[in-house]
Amino acid sequence: MTVEQNKFFFQHYGLTQHDLERYLAAALSAGGDYADLYFEYLSSTSLSLDESMVKTASQGISAGCGVRVLSGERTGYAYTDDLSPERILHAARTAALIASGPAKATVAGFQQKPARSLYPVPLPSVDAELTAKVELLMRGDSAARSYDPRIKEVRANYADELRHILVVGSDGTFAEDSQPLARMNVSAIAKAEGSSGRGSSGGGGRVALDFFFGEKTPEYFAREAARQAILQLDAREAPAGEMEVVLGPGWPGVLLHEAVGHGLEADFNRKQTSAFAGLIGKRVASEKCTVVDNGTMPWRRGSLNVDDEGHSTQETVLIENGILKGYLSDKLSAKLMGMADTGNGRRESYEHIPMPRMTNTYMLAGEESPEDIIRSVKHGIYAVNFGGGQVDITNGKFVFSASEAYMIEDGKVTAPIKGATLIGNGPDVLTRVSMVGNDLKLDEGVGTCGKDGQAVPVGVGIPTIKIDRLTVGGTARKDPGGFMQ
Amino acid sequence: MAIALEKKPATDLKSLAQDIVHRAMKGGATAAECVIREGDEFSTLVRLGQVEQLKESGSKAIGVRVFNGQRGASTYSSDFSRDGLDRMVQSALDLSRITSEDPFAGIPEPDQLGAIPAELGLYYPDVYSLPNEDRINYARRAEKAALDYDARIKNSDGGSFDAATGHKVLANSHGFVGEYRRSHCSVAAVPIAQTEDGAMQRDYWFSSALSLSKLENPEQVGKIAAQRTLRRLGARKVKTAHVPVVFDPLVAVSIIEHIFEGVNGDAVYRGASFLAGKLGEKIAAEGVTIVDDGTMPGGFGSSPFDGEGIPTRRTLVVENGVLKSYLLNTYTAKKLGLQTTANAARGLAGTPGIGIGNYFLQPGRKTPQQIIAGIQDGLYVTEFLGHGANLVTGDYSRGASGVWISGGELAYPVEEITVAGNLKDIFANISEIGNDLEFRSSAACPTIRIDGLTVGGE
Repeated sequence: MTVEQNKFFFQHYGLTQHDLERYLAAALSAGGDYADLYFEYLSSTSLSLDESMVKTASQGISAGCGVRVLSGERTGYAYTDDLSPERILHAARTAALIASGPAKATVAGFQQKPARSLYPVPLPSVDAELTAKVELLMRGDSAARSYDPRIKEVRANYADELRHILVVGSDGTFAEDSQPLARMNVSAIAKAEGSSGRGSSGGGGRVALDFFFGEKTPEYFAREAARQAILQLDAREAPAGEMEVVLGPGWPGVLLHEAVGHGLEADFNRKQTSAFAGLIGKRVASEKCTVVDNGTMPWRRGSLNVDDEGHSTQETVLIENGILKGYLSDKLSAKLMGMADTGNGRRESYEHIPMPRMTNTYMLAGEESPEDIIRSVKHGIYAVNFGGGQVDITNGKFVFSASEAYMIEDGKVTAPIKGATLIGNGPDVLTRVSMVGNDLKLDEGVGTCGKDGQAVPVGVGIPTIKIDRLTVGGTARKDPGGFMQ
Repeated sequence: MAIALEKKPATDLKSLAQDIVHRAMKGGATAAECVIREGDEFSTLVRLGQVEQLKESGSKAIGVRVFNGQRGASTYSSDFSRDGLDRMVQSALDLSRITSEDPFAGIPEPDQLGAIPAELGLYYPDVYSLPNEDRINYARRAEKAALDYDARIKNSDGGSFDAATGHKVLANSHGFVGEYRRSHCSVAAVPIAQTEDGAMQRDYWFSSALSLSKLENPEQVGKIAAQRTLRRLGARKVKTAHVPVVFDPLVAVSIIEHIFEGVNGDAVYRGASFLAGKLGEKIAAEGVTIVDDGTMPGGFGSSPFDGEGIPTRRTLVVENGVLKSYLLNTYTAKKLGLQTTANAARGLAGTPGIGIGNYFLQPGRKTPQQIIAGIQDGLYVTEFLGHGANLVTGDYSRGASGVWISGGELAYPVEEITVAGNLKDIFANISEIGNDLEFRSSAACPTIRIDGLTVGGE
């Protein structure tokens, strides 16, 4: 079949179907099993405000093509930022060398994926839009400053991008997508006699500029950043040791991302290097926990119509009622492990080899009310905002850093505490989840996940949950409640 | 003023950078600066003896920063066609109409520009001299040495060999034009060890150098990786305690990097650093002397000029515990009424940030063993997990793993613990500094002991 020749790379670079077949044939010339080409054209804009001035405005364009050749478990990769036929052919011949032998695979006729549209594609940036983006920053600045006179410094950033991709594979894969991504962020510093605090809030997704004039305004992010900064002025020392921990809804879902998500990426399990290897069908969480990865949510930062290997994204159940159900796979791990491709093959750019990555990862809502969950805790902490986290997938240890947390004493949320790191063990932390709230929330759209040096946008979400025992890394020598053992 | 850095004719890229500056000025800019970066990379990963990944490529990108009076803006592109470059310059000029007037914005003064005359020895073509099969063998040998070291090493995230070269060109409208090349190569091993009950631990070791001839032997790298991994097997949790903590050089670097973040001019002028306003004050213990030196021959962080075209230099940041200097670029220096320390770091886009040259804590006299021997009960940290430092308040809390110290000796591995304190106290409580300073990247720190931290556990 012939593919529609009215698309971005055909138009802008004069690519033809014949060219694509020729490049793939060159990539397979040394006997690889499979080859694909990833064309990318990325335009981005970024503005930042500091001291009430728009100090930085930047725009850029980067384009290139990555050629991948698979041969058994081997991957050959080469890329070029020059989209001339000679350079792409050179990259294809370089990647081809991962295999050695006569050509065996051939290029199948391309099968174009039916179009899906999870996100709108904004028109190219015009001057009026730039003025509107400057207005967003100014409004964020003034809203944060007017929140409280103790707010002394405010920074605001706005960044958006539009990424056009075309993925073609020797198995007939032919997928195009245009992927917008926008984000606004406000950070604030509060100062008072002898103490200081900082706060940060932002959001966005695969949305157009009007999102920030309707659903989530600069004032919304600014007030939230200022509130967090002021709160820190009076925070007391966090306790240290094991205790009950209640996580608030939304961004604290980063727990799932670190504690279980990475450990369930198929590449680690194929290599048996994950603490979750061999646990399919086993209990890894309390029966109240069901965790999914879902790349098909409209507008979301972690969503994609197709992944970076041209495969449609989907909703994948990772843990169902506490039982481990599945892994997140890309093309290579699906083939080598004899499992379905879940559409999680992602990459940072044309310079990078795709690998299994999360999209939007969250826990389904339970039945308890958040109020009952807090009321059930005698002594513990209530953590509602986090900076980020990290995991060692081999021994399963993970951390995430609370940036806004409170003591819970006798069933009541009391004093704010200073930032503390929470540390635990991935394969058993969810077995200690004793209550799951009915208030599932997704994050505002700020997450970026790093793996092997590649950054990709992701989403997380969680309802309010109670973990019966988790180590909190505070500094308090003696806790007034005296619950440290 | 043209500064000849190499006794070679100007490359095409140098003329191109000057041409872009010229085009921006002709288009109405009052000042302009162009940067071009070109690079090649090769990497290979061998896992369980088989080649798993082979990657080879090159790329090139260009960026321009323009000023329209006191308003600045920047654009970048990977498209070097005539049209692509014209669009890049025009977009920058257009963008500079929407930014704010900033009285401190601008490029450096003409008399500040230049490059240090010393031959820095940053570029060795030998990183690319080996045929592919030998490069793959570097990776294979490092992994094999780890796998062969002990029967408990049963799996591996592989052995790797990487090589890269880079070429940077900078030109501005005061007539500065300069360029330099840099090379890099590294070999690493990431073994996984397993106990009989199935619990796994992973660790790594690596060697990196600007020249292949200076790279450590892959067998040595694999052996150390295996030893580091094995010593984690059977790790347990500990009770929450307040004990002395010793940081091995790889993790100690992150402690002195918090001082860098604290003296970074951007954080200082905004009051976003707990070290702002502390020049001349005691901010660390007596023996603590920290230097940033962009001029060290063969240094991972050396360069003839910084990201704005100012000759690099050596800056004493902390001397015997007293804060002597912030690290600044032109903008932050003007904001603070000081002189730049030539620490401008210029990416393709945006305004220059601040980066380190070769940044290190001066070594002391004791060996790491002597430092550990002085502790009855304590923690030796070999790895951090997470990033829990708040530079505004100084609050510090991080996940860690390592080895418990008992009776002056390394006793047993520990994990799933936290180390917490406040950065102000942490620097004041650096009570011992080892003699084992070694550069593995542009920042380096010997073994250090810090008292007064909370170790969080059960």
